[in-house]
Amino acid sequence: MIRTDTHTIACIVFAAAALATGILIDDAYYLQVLIFIGINTLLALSLNMLMGYAGQISLGHAAFYGIGAYTTAILSTTYNLSPWLALPIAIFAAVTVAYIVGIPTLRLTGYYLGMGTLGFGMIVSIIFREWYSVTGGASGFVGIPPLEIGSFSFDTDQRYFFLVWGVVLFFFIICRRIVDSRVGRALRAIHDGEHAAAAVGVNTAAMKLSIFVLSAAMASLAGFLYAHQVFFISPETFSFLASIRIVTMVVIGGMASIWGSLLGASLLTLLPEWLHAFADYEMMVYGLVLMLVMIFLPQGLTRGIIDLYEKSRKNRNK
Amino acid sequence: MLRIRNLKCFYGQIMAVKGITLSVREKEIITLIGANGSGKSTLMAAISGLLPSWSGEIRFEENDLKGMDPPAVVKAGISLVPEGRLIFPPMSVYDNLVLGAYTMLRSKARNEVQASMAAVFDLFPILKERCSQPAGTLSGGEQQMLAIGRALMAKPRLLLLDEPSMGLAPMLVEKIMGVLLTLREKGLTILLVEQNARAALSVADRGYVFETGSIVLEGAADDLLSDTNVKRAYLGKDYEEFDDEN
Repeated sequence: MIRTDTHTIACIVFAAAALATGILIDDAYYLQVLIFIGINTLLALSLNMLMGYAGQISLGHAAFYGIGAYTTAILSTTYNLSPWLALPIAIFAAVTVAYIVGIPTLRLTGYYLGMGTLGFGMIVSIIFREWYSVTGGASGFVGIPPLEIGSFSFDTDQRYFFLVWGVVLFFFIICRRIVDSRVGRALRAIHDGEHAAAAVGVNTAAMKLSIFVLSAAMASLAGFLYAHQVFFISPETFSFLASIRIVTMVVIGGMASIWGSLLGASLLTLLPEWLHAFADYEMMVYGLVLMLVMIFLPQGLTRGIIDLYEKSRKNRNK
Repeated sequence: MLRIRNLKCFYGQIMAVKGITLSVREKEIITLIGANGSGKSTLMAAISGLLPSWSGEIRFEENDLKGMDPPAVVKAGISLVPEGRLIFPPMSVYDNLVLGAYTMLRSKARNEVQASMAAVFDLFPILKERCSQPAGTLSGGEQQMLAIGRALMAKPRLLLLDEPSMGLAPMLVEKIMGVLLTLREKGLTILLVEQNARAALSVADRGYVFETGSIVLEGAADDLLSDTNVKRAYLGKDYEEFDDEN
């Protein structure tokens, strides 16, 4: 129960920090970077629920991100539908696809599940690229409208910042509630041993499918937020490499850690920005940073930082 | 209480249990002994719903277990302590125990879970001391107690135990067997799979001897203990010496 209280305090501090950041920063570049960190945090959190907590690897998560982005783009641009009507349709589309794909795929485990989801991600990515008449093909989809509520438009970076981080905070609270509940315990049980989880009476197949569907819905929402922020989407953003990036965010930030999703997403969004200075060596430095984190903080940044803090506190007490 | 008729269990094309018939009466301790691969654990998996591919009949009280998945079997009143314990190592002892009560209805869960946990702590006080400790840091014996405690959390009427003595020191085996007797006194019915035939038969009322998927011998535990074939195959030379000394 102490854990929940800590989380509540952390959420309040986090909300206050986000509010202050949104008000104090008026530099468009920084605000945009922070918006992308928010969208990536939502994505990482969605995969962390599936991979970190339930232990089900997905190498095709960007597909759901893309389904969210393309569904809202097509409906709100080609069919002039309000993005707020497109949102439930986008989430429904991702949920339906996740349900259909999840039933056979989630029977697999380990590497096989990785390969299955990888194949699924590739198929969706190819559809985005090749279905030219609907998706705009490889050259992308342009002219996605900004989000509006009546006469209020989320057309400034500051307004969009608050929208995105409001959503992130909402999902931090929801996901923590799930993790601390009976369902969360069952998810961790599946992670630790599916056979044992089944033996205590957890319906493992249904539980895995439910978390897969939730995870897809969250990724689809991230895609929706992304599309209405950048107004232009192309298939590369939702490719196999994008899926790997999301997995990296989860692993680097910390598996089965809600705050780890924030750290992982922040690092993976900021690194390419910082590394511009290294020009041609950017990818090498990027790879090196990831390797160092995995060698020295194999349980992810969150756990690593907590361990370092506890170690230094113990040393001080000696 | 539990009636099994002509049960055949399959792993793909392979028949691992070849048409067995057995019964367990209320408040009995029944043991199934036999070598590795004789079909004992397969039978446990079939009863608990973990292995759905079987033919024949398994009835528990009024329920036909055909087609029941593991959650339904637990709800019907049967809990399994799986082979190798299969606790959840990173989770605390408390979380492991709460998971045992997973199938209890949510509305009445809080009080019932607390009551179940108090009963488990009465049986295994050490688990109370270790409550917030990750289960993986417990000793082998404590982990076995946790596995049994976790199964008891669902308030079963029939407890299935698959090799609870595996890897434990003789003193701990004795303690675990003692716990089974206590549980029986409290009204629980127990089906115990064991390779440690001596320990199992010493607490059981009746036993069945398995060989390559079939029951080759059955009878009262005392009769099996004195059966020459059982002695030779499962109790070993030491047992005879032990017998002579006494």
